[in-house]
Amino acid sequence: MAMIDYGPDALILKGLDGNNWRLKDYESRAGYQALKKILKDGIKPEDVIAEVKKSALRGRGGAGFPTGLKWSFMPRAFPGAKYLVCNSDEGEPGTFKDRDIIRYNPHILIEGMIIAGYAMGIPVGYNYIHGEIWADYERFEEALDEARAAGYLGKNILGSDFSFELHAHHGYGAYICGEETALLESLEGKKGQPRFKPPFPASFGLYGKPTTINNTETFAAVPYILREGGDAFLNLGKPNNGGTKIFSISGHVARPGNYEINMGTPFAKLLELAGGMRGGKKIKGVIPGGSSMPVIKGDIMMTLDMDYDSIAKAGSMLGSGAVIVMDETTCMVKAAERLAYFYYEESCGQCTPCREGTGWLYRIINRIEHGNGRQEDLDLLLNLADQIQGRTICALGDAAAMPTRAFVKTYREEFEYHVAHKRCMVGPGGYSTPAQHESLAMAAE
Amino acid sequence: MSATAQLSDAAKRKIDRELTKYPADQKQSAVMSALAIAQDEHGWLPNELMEDVARYLGMPSVAVYEVATFYNMYNLKPMGKHKITVCTNLPCALSGGVDAAEYLKQRLGVGWKEMTADGRFTIVEGECMGACGDAPVLIVNNKRMCSFMSQDKLDQLIEELK
Ligand SMILES: Cc1cc2nc3c(=O)[nH]c(=O)nc-3n(C[C@H](O)[C@H](O)[C@H](O)COP(=O)(O)O)c2cc1C
Ligand code: SF4
Ligand code: FES
Repeated sequence: MAMIDYGPDALILKGLDGNNWRLKDYESRAGYQALKKILKDGIKPEDVIAEVKKSALRGRGGAGFPTGLKWSFMPRAFPGAKYLVCNSDEGEPGTFKDRDIIRYNPHILIEGMIIAGYAMGIPVGYNYIHGEIWADYERFEEALDEARAAGYLGKNILGSDFSFELHAHHGYGAYICGEETALLESLEGKKGQPRFKPPFPASFGLYGKPTTINNTETFAAVPYILREGGDAFLNLGKPNNGGTKIFSISGHVARPGNYEINMGTPFAKLLELAGGMRGGKKIKGVIPGGSSMPVIKGDIMMTLDMDYDSIAKAGSMLGSGAVIVMDETTCMVKAAERLAYFYYEESCGQCTPCREGTGWLYRIINRIEHGNGRQEDLDLLLNLADQIQGRTICALGDAAAMPTRAFVKTYREEFEYHVAHKRCMVGPGGYSTPAQHESLAMAAE
Repeated sequence: MSATAQLSDAAKRKIDRELTKYPADQKQSAVMSALAIAQDEHGWLPNELMEDVARYLGMPSVAVYEVATFYNMYNLKPMGKHKITVCTNLPCALSGGVDAAEYLKQRLGVGWKEMTADGRFTIVEGECMGACGDAPVLIVNNKRMCSFMSQDKLDQLIEELK
């Protein structure tokens, strides 16, 4: 079996061929050594958290919140039930990294969650996996069975007095369940409608109990940090941006796929790993962190580094690390229209600015795209984005407003051209010529 | 499809397994998997089947109905034997997702959410499935994801799904 090429810096996704996902394979890659060391040496929970703080690991689910700090919010001494939840809902358009962790290296996630449970004194965890990747959900359950049989999960793990149970739960097609409080509602067997915050999950989470939620990739980084030390992880990246990050590159590149690189690697290098622009076309725009983040012009993107702080300085966000690349043949009005439709479709409908506003955004961009737009529509769109952003229960409202604003501002002349000429600047097609991309021959295929 | 849609004993056993994941007083947490199990057996979710799920989990039927209507992968009306959900979101569209969807629609002579006359297929527009690097992607009956769906592979798939 050929190894899957995730790039030279790969750590979470290192040494994978698509079939070596089982427990024995993971153990041969130093798997479960961090957990064994912690339990054998009796490393204190607070020292585990201190190590994670030192690593400068930041949440990989979108917001980039420091993980060690989040873990220290958990009231460890709270008597009674507490929960650990992994967010594998992965619905943010452009993001497909958590799936590779779950299907090709599930035990790294399981080990990370066990260590997190130990650090925060949590006895039960759930991994919420979106329903679209059913085969991978089933594989994860199989991996859980292996871990139970080997004594890594359950009562008195490896003979210690620490016990931890972990279960898989599946979603069934609702993007909003990636928002952490919607996810908790969904786990409780309800509609996935986000909760008002505060209270935050650390005090009132699953079934009203203290709960810590992290993304799949966040947990998957933990075994390395505990095995090699927080400093080792930090030094792979940049201050305040520790470690490696998995970037999912999609769109007009020769080899779309996941690439795990050190934080702070230049975007140009990442693009090179992905085989460069498909068909040698010119780069027009890049959404650097998943569809909810502002688009950046291609030439500016080519000068940026891939870490939270560099991308933020350029006016966008690293988000989930989903890099959507668009070449010169892309109609930016059409791209904005498709994303606006997505947020309109996925709004949970609880708050008026989001429920109504996402519909407005979509309908206005739709009429511009179809040659029925008016010149005032551009400012109307910007105004609407301002009316939505910051006025809703959850960040889906912002997630709809931010990309719309960025598309209109960055490619304003293209929107104006559509209005004035009732047709597209870039010629027919709009997204691209039909796909002829070199497909990554993934081992699972 | 029988007029009295009910959970079979096999379905109940599967739901029982799901129930072991949650605290004893939180049976409702199993509702999403229970509905998926029910739908796998019956093809879609008629009201009486949802009521049976509600009875089995000790929930008000309206609470089950709320869940079934909120999540996109539940079928609230009969579907073709094979429901094909194609992702057309932007990242996929940039790599042929929309082209694949248009080709399918043409070949099968149906639009979104329509069933072919022989009852074999219903095609549905999907949002991001977390597999954008493999575009075009589609899912058959919620369970089987197919990647890199060129026209040749679409033709093969249609042949295969009798
Ligand atoms: C609309 C919306 C969708 C989200 N989707 C996801 C998701 O699919 N996966 C994820 O890990 N986080 C998602 N998040 C972020 C989560 O709310 C949460 O911040 C994250 O899971 C925390 O984990 P982290 O600190 O490890 O990043 C989403 C947030 C919003 C507002
Ligand atoms: S912002 Fe939108 S998705 Fe979030 S709670 Fe409000 S209506 Fe629901
Ligand atoms: S956009 Fe199609 S799978 Fe993500």
